[in-house]
Amino acid sequence: MKQFDYVRPGTIAEAVAAAARPGAVYLAAGTNLLDLMKGGVSRPDRLVDVTHLDGLDGIETLADGSLRIGALVGNADLAHDAEFARSYPAVTEALLSGASAQLRNAATVGGNLLQRTRCAYFYDTASRCNKREAGSGCDARDGENRSHAVLGWSESCIATHPSDFCVPLVALDAVVEIEGRSGRREIALDELHRLPGDAPERESALEPGDLIVAVRLPPAARGFAAHARYLKVRERTSYAFAVVSAAAALRIENGRIAEARLALGGVAAKPWRARAAEDVLRNVVPTADAFQEAAWRALEGAKPSGDNAFKIELARRIVVRALLLAAAGTPARMPALPASPFASTSGAIHA
Amino acid sequence: MNHSISLTVNGARRDFVLDDPRVTLLDLLRERLHLTGTKKGCDRGQCGACTILVDGKRINSCLALAISHDGADILTIEGVARGDQLHPVQAAFIAHDGFQCGFCTPGQIMSAIGMMREGQAGNDPERVRECMSGNLCRCGAYAGIVDAVLEAQAGMDETNQRRSA
Repeated sequence: MKQFDYVRPGTIAEAVAAAARPGAVYLAAGTNLLDLMKGGVSRPDRLVDVTHLDGLDGIETLADGSLRIGALVGNADLAHDAEFARSYPAVTEALLSGASAQLRNAATVGGNLLQRTRCAYFYDTASRCNKREAGSGCDARDGENRSHAVLGWSESCIATHPSDFCVPLVALDAVVEIEGRSGRREIALDELHRLPGDAPERESALEPGDLIVAVRLPPAARGFAAHARYLKVRERTSYAFAVVSAAAALRIENGRIAEARLALGGVAAKPWRARAAEDVLRNVVPTADAFQEAAWRALEGAKPSGDNAFKIELARRIVVRALLLAAAGTPARMPALPASPFASTSGAIHA
Repeated sequence: MNHSISLTVNGARRDFVLDDPRVTLLDLLRERLHLTGTKKGCDRGQCGACTILVDGKRINSCLALAISHDGADILTIEGVARGDQLHPVQAAFIAHDGFQCGFCTPGQIMSAIGMMREGQAGNDPERVRECMSGNLCRCGAYAGIVDAVLEAQAGMDETNQRRSA
């Protein structure tokens, strides 16, 4: 690991000033960053440790019914918050399907949003990677790429964003609060991650020094609690990143879908909100046929970036299954294998 | 630049001067305190052999910078027994052959203790397997590990019932 300076700021303003300098990065739990530093993939000159800052680890309901989650709230603490699980069950299911219990205990909400891709060529410093080293090329394009993107990719980069947590969050219109050099601002989570285009090294809308301080779920996000699921296909049952995942949330009134939310994971460089699919589900009866139509809409424009055409059909089926599970109702208790299509208590309905 | 930190390790306060901020909790425990029960397996957060409890929660000590954990309360495998009296999870691992080579065992035991404190798995074998998925065992002693954890959990439930009775 390259040598670095360690800074522990006392305030958010000090943190922003320290992290705005070239070569500086924020350190939260470090579960992703330290791994990347050990491999020489990330080589920061300075770590700005935000874990001792006050006021970033609370979960609070705001006057308008929004929920504000501090950036330093632990993934496990959020997932094990009973009130949170009742109100946003698909988010809890996504959290519990990610990583291992040890990593969830350490990892933070803010850090999860900014975790880096798991593309093997990004991790392997002997390979060319436009994301790691701008302009060097992409060895994934003609390499082992069955897990890579099928939506929103470019010739420069076919990596995917690995977060589970972000998938239901983006479906529920989460907002990210950011403290930067020119003060506080907020953006939709959907705008946080960038598609690669010809600059895959720029992964987010954040500027130097920008610190995510909170994630907010708007009041409407609670309206889906009765019909919300996260479904994730992995290469093994637990402790693996998504090959494809989907968050589906429905608001059902008088037997019809008043509003649908749908997002996919593992398919693009960002959590992929499928608005065209949501549109066709408005005011229809929740049936397998309607969900098939939504699935086709969700994957419109998808194309293989390598040996991964299977992911397009897999994603369609996962979308249909997630919507059917959501329509059947949020289970009273979290399944033993959260988000798993093989969960014995998932009430799986075959599409 | 030197950095001073203090930790509570297995109940005792320890002060350290770090001349390098790159030291992980794992390396600090092993190299500075010679608490070598905590194992370095993959050193990348994938195998769980380095699992310890920090402020009561199980984490991978290989992915935690010591300098960032100034003030933390740490429990390692060396701190779980009371003298010669094994922790119930340790005893259950022996009773159920929850290991073969033993390298992953301290991490498995610390993870199981952390899991029981989290209270999410209960006596459901499927939930235990899911909640222990962050600990790999290359000998494949998983069946014994799950049995051991279930027995320890049942013992804890019994103790709690006796206390509340």
